[in-house]
Amino acid sequence: MGLYRERGVVLRTIKLGEADRIVTLVTEGRGKVRAVAKGVRRTKSRFGARLEPLSHAALLCYEGRSLDTITQAEAIDHFRPVREDLERLGRATCLLEVVDAVVQEGEADPRLYQMLLGALRTLAANDAPLLVPAFFWRLLAQQGFRPVLEHCVACGSGGALVAFDVGEGGVLCPSCRHGTRITADALGLLRRILGGDLVAVLAEGPLPAGPELEYLGTRALEHHLERRLRAVGVLDRA
Amino acid sequence: MYAGPVQDLIEELGRLPGVGPKSAQRIAFHLLKLPKQDALRLARAVTEVKERVTLCTRCFNVAEGDECGVCVDSRRESGVLCVVEEPRDIVAVEKTHEYRGRYHVLQGAISPIEGIGPDQLKVRELLARLEPEEISEVILCTNPNIEGEATAMYLARLLRPLGLKVTRIASGLPVGGDLEYADELTLGRALEGRREVEA
Ligand SMILES: [Zn+2]
Ligand SMILES: [Zn+2]
Repeated sequence: MGLYRERGVVLRTIKLGEADRIVTLVTEGRGKVRAVAKGVRRTKSRFGARLEPLSHAALLCYEGRSLDTITQAEAIDHFRPVREDLERLGRATCLLEVVDAVVQEGEADPRLYQMLLGALRTLAANDAPLLVPAFFWRLLAQQGFRPVLEHCVACGSGGALVAFDVGEGGVLCPSCRHGTRITADALGLLRRILGGDLVAVLAEGPLPAGPELEYLGTRALEHHLERRLRAVGVLDRA
Repeated sequence: MYAGPVQDLIEELGRLPGVGPKSAQRIAFHLLKLPKQDALRLARAVTEVKERVTLCTRCFNVAEGDECGVCVDSRRESGVLCVVEEPRDIVAVEKTHEYRGRYHVLQGAISPIEGIGPDQLKVRELLARLEPEEISEVILCTNPNIEGEATAMYLARLLRPLGLKVTRIASGLPVGGDLEYADELTLGRALEGRREVEA
């Protein structure tokens, strides 16, 4: 059992005992890390906001049998503009949830880690209404579930494409159609997201195809991860 | 595994917040060793609290009867509401002796990652109080963590257009602490919220 240094983004925290928390992070070198932060809930804790969800921190931890313990934490970035804007915070939370579902303990995924950091930096600079659908679909592609968008996934027809099926992993023509309806706008946007046009997509304002792709992306991720994602749309429920 | 009643007790204790299976077992065996009347006093306290204490129908604080002690107290300043997450936060604010208005307990905070949205909190009930109680100021006193901040931002967006004063408790440095240990976010906000020193 040894001491180690890692950089990571805090994904979630749960209360433990009187004043501690179990902090779940995605780290650069160790994938998911679950570690105890002692006394973090006391107002005088030396950790302060450094181990709050969304914080990017450099940590010193020591390994334990089931859980590690965080002994030091230094902030790299708090993404304060994200924290202080409800819209952006809602989007960021969707990313944290899905990364938590994808990343495995002890399995480093540096590309996923960089993707999350990049997305949070984008969001800190400017709100990006299409960030969540873009992130979800890029993540699916990165995890090996790149959807077929060029032709019907069932018969290969290159004509009109009108539906998307998460199980088949692609779009379908009118005669093979099953799954969920997809509009031409949403299909166009999805091609841009997975093609080389991500930067321009993230600079766009809200588009009607955004929520549609967010919904489809959520269903596709839920299908592959075999678990429910809860963060999407929570803030809109009043 | 233990005999029926002991196992039941361990399982019930294990459901309490912050109590893991090991602690549950330890507490159960502690209770077994306790003199009968001591253990029954605990059982009675639990029964009592479940029978006599309910939630205040107005503010959702704990109450004996229809409304809580704060709501029925006519010396309380009317027109101001302090919004908190849990009844225990009322106790914390009361200890400051700095606040004379009434409260509203949300019974939680928005937590997208747990799937808890505004619809699961006492938000509609808060809105319903504004007019009849002629509320002119709402103080958002949720926790300074990500859920509490999200809740405060959500409520501010909801309440501001209604023309009342909406304030958020300041975040700052703990009295008696050392500046060098303060995290950047707290220190940054403390700097922003600085006040002129009256000499
Ligand atoms: Zn077809
Ligand atoms: Zn009350």
